[in-house]
Amino acid sequence: MSEAILRLEDIALRRSGGLVLSDISLELYRDEMLTLLGPNGSGKSTLLHVIGLLRRPNHGTIYFHGQPVPWDGDLLSLRRRMATVFQQPLLLDTTVAGNVALGLRLRGVSNAEAQPRVGSWLDRLGIASLAGRSARQLSGGEAQRVSLARALVIEPEVLLLDEPFKELDTPTREALVEELKGVLQETRTTTVFVTHDRTEALRLSDRVAVLHNGHLLQTGTTEEVFNRPASHEVAAFVGVETILPGRIIAAQDGVATVEVADGRALAVASELPAGMRVLVCIRPEDVTLYADGAAGSTSAQSSARNRFPGRITQVQQRGSLYSILVDCGFPLAALVTKQSLVELNLVPGRQVEASFKATAAHVIQRGS
Amino acid sequence: MDLIWEGISQAFWLLIRGDPEVVRVTLLTLQVSGSATLLSVLIGIPLGTVLALTRFPGRSLAISLVNTGMGLPPVVVGLFVAVMLWRNGPFGFFGIMYSPLAMVIAQVVIAGPLVTGLTTAAIQQLPPMLRLQIEALGASRWQMVLLLMREAKLPLLAALIAGFGGVVSEIGASMMVGGNILGQTRVLTTATAMEVSKGNFGLAMALGIILLVVAYLVNLVFTMAQQRGRPQP
Amino acid sequence: MKKLAVLIALFGILSMACAGIAAGPGAPSAANPPKPANPDLILATTTSTQDSGLLDVIIPMFEQQTGYKVKTIAVGTGAAMTMGERGEADVLLVHAPDSEVKFVKDGHGINRQLVMHNDFIIVGPAADSAKIKGVKTAKEALQKIAGAKAVFISRGDNSGTEQLEKKIWKLTGIDPANQSWYQQTGQGMGATLNVASDKAAYTISDRATYLATKSRTSLDILVEGDKDLVNIYHVMQVNPQKSAKINADGAKAFVDFMVSKSTQDTVAKFGVDKFGQALFFADAGKDETKLGQ
Repeated sequence: MSEAILRLEDIALRRSGGLVLSDISLELYRDEMLTLLGPNGSGKSTLLHVIGLLRRPNHGTIYFHGQPVPWDGDLLSLRRRMATVFQQPLLLDTTVAGNVALGLRLRGVSNAEAQPRVGSWLDRLGIASLAGRSARQLSGGEAQRVSLARALVIEPEVLLLDEPFKELDTPTREALVEELKGVLQETRTTTVFVTHDRTEALRLSDRVAVLHNGHLLQTGTTEEVFNRPASHEVAAFVGVETILPGRIIAAQDGVATVEVADGRALAVASELPAGMRVLVCIRPEDVTLYADGAAGSTSAQSSARNRFPGRITQVQQRGSLYSILVDCGFPLAALVTKQSLVELNLVPGRQVEASFKATAAHVIQRGS
Repeated sequence: MDLIWEGISQAFWLLIRGDPEVVRVTLLTLQVSGSATLLSVLIGIPLGTVLALTRFPGRSLAISLVNTGMGLPPVVVGLFVAVMLWRNGPFGFFGIMYSPLAMVIAQVVIAGPLVTGLTTAAIQQLPPMLRLQIEALGASRWQMVLLLMREAKLPLLAALIAGFGGVVSEIGASMMVGGNILGQTRVLTTATAMEVSKGNFGLAMALGIILLVVAYLVNLVFTMAQQRGRPQP
Repeated sequence: MKKLAVLIALFGILSMACAGIAAGPGAPSAANPPKPANPDLILATTTSTQDSGLLDVIIPMFEQQTGYKVKTIAVGTGAAMTMGERGEADVLLVHAPDSEVKFVKDGHGINRQLVMHNDFIIVGPAADSAKIKGVKTAKEALQKIAGAKAVFISRGDNSGTEQLEKKIWKLTGIDPANQSWYQQTGQGMGATLNVASDKAAYTISDRATYLATKSRTSLDILVEGDKDLVNIYHVMQVNPQKSAKINADGAKAFVDFMVSKSTQDTVAKFGVDKFGQALFFADAGKDETKLGQ
């Protein structure tokens, strides 16, 4: 990891008696995309406002490039090195170009200098034709593009995104997520992204911080957090899916072969072409375990295309079921009944065979 | 009905001939109510913005006081200001009772709360997150306030129009502190009331029509400015 | 925002421009009138005085001759007297002799001088349901109106006119208050005449206002010429000992002006050109008790 641009230490924030945030310690590294993931009301937007230096916490310190943030001093010059895009576009009542130029004008950038920069970002986000239009006449998707351009034109050191896609319809959202990802990777903009949507988190982030009731439950790389939830609460929210990063090496008739860790190949149902980088998600209840030829779980001999030998590394009770973590060269989680646990003698260290159907795997595109 | 026609034709002739007395009364009306509106805007817009954007103990009390002030009866304001400005009143040493300045003061007391209250409402009806968004784009405190005011420019213009409409049409305060003195403090409303009391209903009607025309023309200018700033659907 | 600021600036310029124009052709260009030390003079008078239009003629004369700047506040007689009592006026021109005598006796006023009189008349519908036409005295007329329960409209605004009306009711021994046929408008004379005309009712009016509004009311003069119906105007200074702020010199100058020969001539001629008859009788120096006989 490179240096930390921002470091939050022991942040707490109170609102009308209750604690909205407590004991938050977090680092943001240069060039990374960090996602704050949590359910509604978990305090993630508030935390983003604190990171953006828009709300002063009641307790704790924020370091910006190692220097504590001077809340009573020159906050503005630090704030001007960041930009935020909110859930709603919140455009001002002027033209599209006027909106995009706003951040530059606030910084005293001359018109002559601002214009080409504004033009280039309008172009980049595909809204150049709207430049002269009133901001009040845009569709939701167009407006959010303007809002993104308005933040990106500043070329912020840190870009903060507060669920910017939440209010868009699905096709609009899909298109915008892809484009934004491309832009952010190209510009290598350090980004903090707030969302409650696991799929968006998987698609956009390098690291994930899971927030629940104002507490930071787990921080780690996307795979870490999704594959090895640190607690029941994290698991309950992110799910206990197996998430495997990989690349499509062959694709035919709606079935893609994905190479995951150690050169192992999975067959998954997907229309994506070869060469794509993807995440393969497998729900644990879809994974069947065999020990000495006998099958656990529900379905017996199946048409599963994927069978992998492995060794049990962990057994955990989850309600009335048991979560079994198997190391097949990659981690794979399975969910079995107590009966299966006893019958198959599923204990750590035992050799088993894990299997799942190609159609049970869910593929998320991460880039090419 | 005949009185209405008489009023309209008299108003027409008074305006066409440029009757010096009527012209003077009309200009004084514009001067007094215009200055009062201007002062109310200069006081009310900043004050209303502060009330909308800041949090301090007693803020609700202050806002409810302003809201009550929005409906002050002009004659009560006139009485209150008169008692203050009378020779033997606390501010009698200024010697401004029965002057246009006294009328301006009374009208500011009427329009000030109106503009303040409508400004608070105008700023508060903006999306609550807009302020955060503007700050997040790197606005200083002043830049933020100015941008919010610009966003609320239509309702702020409405506040100005309401303030002017409130004072140009009031009579109680102008009569009380101005005294309806010929050539000094006679404005269209007090002149109209006086002509009614004299029984000159035709002339009263004419003055009333001139008042309406003047108020309409001033409002037309502002409304045009306001509506031009409005986006087309 | 810029647009708003520009508009506000325009508004300011407009106000200033109006101020300039309004001040421009304002005061009549007098040939060097004297410059008194304290030129501001407050004259409290009654609405009926103002309504007659007489003040519009004589106040500019006074200002030109003496250099004082008069602020004429036309209110009801009651309010005018109270203003004097509180020292908020310098000089009074009013028409309620009984109240005025008390006012002077109580030390509020000095230098009270008879200026002029006109007369009140009892007017009503031509049909005259109470049959008062030709009756000799106001007292008798009101008794007949009360007897017939014919509608009578009173000003009800504590004006000099109402005070005179009350005085006559007192003579009749009848208390009209709370009677269904006795109604109060709380408005000026012109408006009250209009109400009486609409309701085909009786009322007491000063002759000047009646003449001015005659063309649009359907009211006839039914009783006139009684000495109880004389409307007498006095001018007096507010006692300068009440407050140092009272402009005693200006007040004295105004009293002197009102009883001067040239002013009295003007009063005597006022209204002839418009109504064919004078609205006031100039009375300076006469014996008050002999008026109207």
